[in-house]
Amino acid sequence: MNQSKDLVFECETGNYHTFCPISCVSWLYQKIEDSFFLVIGTKTCGYFLQNAMGVMIFAEPRYAMAELEEGDISAQLNDYQELKRLCLEIKKDRDPSVIFWIGTCTTEIIKMDLEGIAPNLENEIQVPIVVARANGLDYAFTQGEDTVLAAMAQRCPKIKSNTEKPPLIIFGSLPELTANQLTLELERQGIQVTGWLPEKKYTELPNIPEGAYVVGVNPFLSRTATTLMRRRKAKLINAPFPIGPDGTRAWIEKICSVYNIKPTALDQREQKIWDNLKDSLALVKNKSVFFMGDNLLEISIARFLARCGMIVYEVGIPYMDKRYQQAELELLKETCIKQNSVIPRIVEKPDNYNQIDRIYDLAPDLVITGMAHANPLEARNINTKWSVEFTFAQIHGFSNAGEILNLVTRPLKRNVAKIPLS
Amino acid sequence: MKLAYWMYTGPAHIGTLRIASSFKNVHAIMHAPLGDDYFNVMQSMLEREKEFTPVTASIVDRHVLAQGSKEKVINNITRKDKEENPDLVIVTPTCTSSILQEDLANFVTRASYNSKADILLADVNHYRVNELQAADRTLEQIIRFYLDKEYSDTISHINKTKYPSVNIIGGFTLGFHNQHDLVELKKMFKELNIEVNLVIPEGTSVNQIKELPRAWFNLVPYRETGLKAAEYLNEKFKMPYVNTTPMGIQQTSVCLKEIQNILNTEGGNYNFDEYITRQTYFISQAAWFARSVDCQNLLGKKAVVFGDATHAANFAKILHFEMGIEVIWAGTYCKHDASWFQNEMSAFCKEVLITDDYNFIANKITQSEPDAIFGTQMERHIGKRMNIPCGVISSPVHIQNFPLGYKPFLGYEGSNQIADLIYNSFTLGMEDHLLEIFGGHEDNTEMISSNESSNLITWNQNAREELNKIPGFVRNKVKRKTEDFALNNQIQEITLEVMYAAKETNQ
Repeated sequence: MNQSKDLVFECETGNYHTFCPISCVSWLYQKIEDSFFLVIGTKTCGYFLQNAMGVMIFAEPRYAMAELEEGDISAQLNDYQELKRLCLEIKKDRDPSVIFWIGTCTTEIIKMDLEGIAPNLENEIQVPIVVARANGLDYAFTQGEDTVLAAMAQRCPKIKSNTEKPPLIIFGSLPELTANQLTLELERQGIQVTGWLPEKKYTELPNIPEGAYVVGVNPFLSRTATTLMRRRKAKLINAPFPIGPDGTRAWIEKICSVYNIKPTALDQREQKIWDNLKDSLALVKNKSVFFMGDNLLEISIARFLARCGMIVYEVGIPYMDKRYQQAELELLKETCIKQNSVIPRIVEKPDNYNQIDRIYDLAPDLVITGMAHANPLEARNINTKWSVEFTFAQIHGFSNAGEILNLVTRPLKRNVAKIPLS
Repeated sequence: MKLAYWMYTGPAHIGTLRIASSFKNVHAIMHAPLGDDYFNVMQSMLEREKEFTPVTASIVDRHVLAQGSKEKVINNITRKDKEENPDLVIVTPTCTSSILQEDLANFVTRASYNSKADILLADVNHYRVNELQAADRTLEQIIRFYLDKEYSDTISHINKTKYPSVNIIGGFTLGFHNQHDLVELKKMFKELNIEVNLVIPEGTSVNQIKELPRAWFNLVPYRETGLKAAEYLNEKFKMPYVNTTPMGIQQTSVCLKEIQNILNTEGGNYNFDEYITRQTYFISQAAWFARSVDCQNLLGKKAVVFGDATHAANFAKILHFEMGIEVIWAGTYCKHDASWFQNEMSAFCKEVLITDDYNFIANKITQSEPDAIFGTQMERHIGKRMNIPCGVISSPVHIQNFPLGYKPFLGYEGSNQIADLIYNSFTLGMEDHLLEIFGGHEDNTEMISSNESSNLITWNQNAREELNKIPGFVRNKVKRKTEDFALNNQIQEITLEVMYAAKETNQ
């Protein structure tokens, strides 16, 4: 292991397992209640969605595949006419306020001009059409949400506000309850949240005037942040993410500092959460953890776990935006120094095969990984936690810190007779 | 373009990967973008596989789009060759590589100069074949590759096994109860004194493929995967094959008779009659069960069947011939095998459906109002929504269809399992019925409008009360039929008399 005093960044081959970014439709269609998501791709995309979404697929979801056939690939069929036919069918059956077109690898390769077709069709059928290219050629898993939110950012109204302080818009899709908790947390400090990107309805997209402050809640939203800054002339508050009580506190503090507010009682608030977590903390202290990397939440969770007293060996991550995650990276480094623990290596575009070699060598107490590797690792007596659960569980804010530790400690608590398996 | 919410079969490469990972020590390399390796998750979750799935991706990203894969695929092949020492590497195209039209064959040739493993390019086209067809092709391709290498055109030097023997072809990873079926088939052949020469692909090494022609005949238990291989073996080595699925008492007996005939034409002297009789009447309980008074209740029950060709066809036959249940319609999503399916069903089934549109099937089930559904996981969910019990008999399936306990669908034990499945599906409905009659559940007085013109018709108080006494699972059916009757006779208010009149016309 490296004993560096600074963060070490490496980059491997990119041969790793992750979910395709189109998976974002599964949580976004639930978040945006009046939306319909149309994934324009092949059977491969459809097969992934239907298997990854499991039971959700049977609940009459507001998403579907526009399955491309040979005629579409060889341009014997007219893209515009085909999409018009499907979108009219969707309009008739579901009457959504917006249709999202999710571009895939195939639409990229055959260069289907979705951005070009959408405005015309939108005019013709009178339903807003938002295009996001959430494909596996360019992005991993949660970055899918980033492409959708970046596209939505362009659709937000732009009305000059005459309030004294610039408004604050938070971006990132969170379950209603979690979003309300964070809003409330800021209100306690006297900060008014003007809006969220996304809100629970497309028709309620927040107003983002020039000079508004924007802050992200998730580490995978760099395109959205860039779009808000460059296209909407908003000012980005670069803060650690509100994951874990330490992250939440730092997030609030940073926002307060921008508005020149001195936060009140944040210390006590954070301390109380840590006190409540005592039992779980005793369980994880000095245990080691290895992130194989697949959802971009890795840095924030590693930082929280380091603060909990865990030893982080390696943080695999699909893509590392050092600018957007700057404050988070600094907090990670600071935390490791404060805890007097090893500073982990951060491996971008990891190679799963090499990682498994390193896991054998390091024998960590816990590996956070995708389902492809979880059972085989368990069969080799290595504890695992399925990383996707961190994406779907409520992990933001003070009150959800326990939820993260529940996920982390579950495999450590599991107390079954260890039968030698191999 | 096709608007699709759900599909019964996966893309072609899944079929190839299922075959590849069924063999021992075969590695597949997908030419695919990030995220397409979802197969590994399914293998590891559904099959609860302890080993790492021997599938890796040679990632197609922006650089590949701009400049082509260049040495990338080759490097990935030679790297896996060194790391894992596989006997065979199968390069698997995906929908993405289908349109990139890179010369994968050339990569395969070049990689084979530097690899110890054999290297094959799966001959499947994403836009032409589905998961099952691709599996069938890939299995044949692998067998053909090794046998053509081993045997020149003169095949005189093949030594058949001393005693009668069989290859079981088909049965592979993520197949519906395939593992249990294979155990049951092996058991059956043991009891018949027929040696199992090879089971292919499941758990077999490609180095054993050259032994295939030593068997006296081949058995293809599932039509979807294995027929192509059996046809090739028949053509090249004159090996006869049986493709009657031994599912249900009757079909098992037909299958065994066919095997008997083959062995006897090869010079044996076999008679399985006694074995069949003993198994049917004393070992399996299904035949007796069908005669028992319990099963009288099943008389006049209506069922619908949907699934892959093998399971749907054989299951429909069991329902009709062995349990006396009326099959209103049977259908399959195996459109490529439509004529066979139609042919098998035409004798006893009024309507045959060939479709892969689940909305169509859902509507069809709504219209037919069967007492039970036998279908895939999708039909199970349709049934749940409509309160009709459903037995799952075919892929696509969920993790609960990979049971830990022994649950074959084939052979004599399979017949027992199937009888249980059928009976339990109907009794659950019956229990529900009794519960409703004796007021076991909360009173559900709200009537669901099932008829578009029902707003023209009113129910008087007495009739409404009578309707609510009818058990929930048939209430809507009665309501609709009564309203239809009223409409046809220009009656606007439904009274008790109208209800009874409607009931009489229905009988």
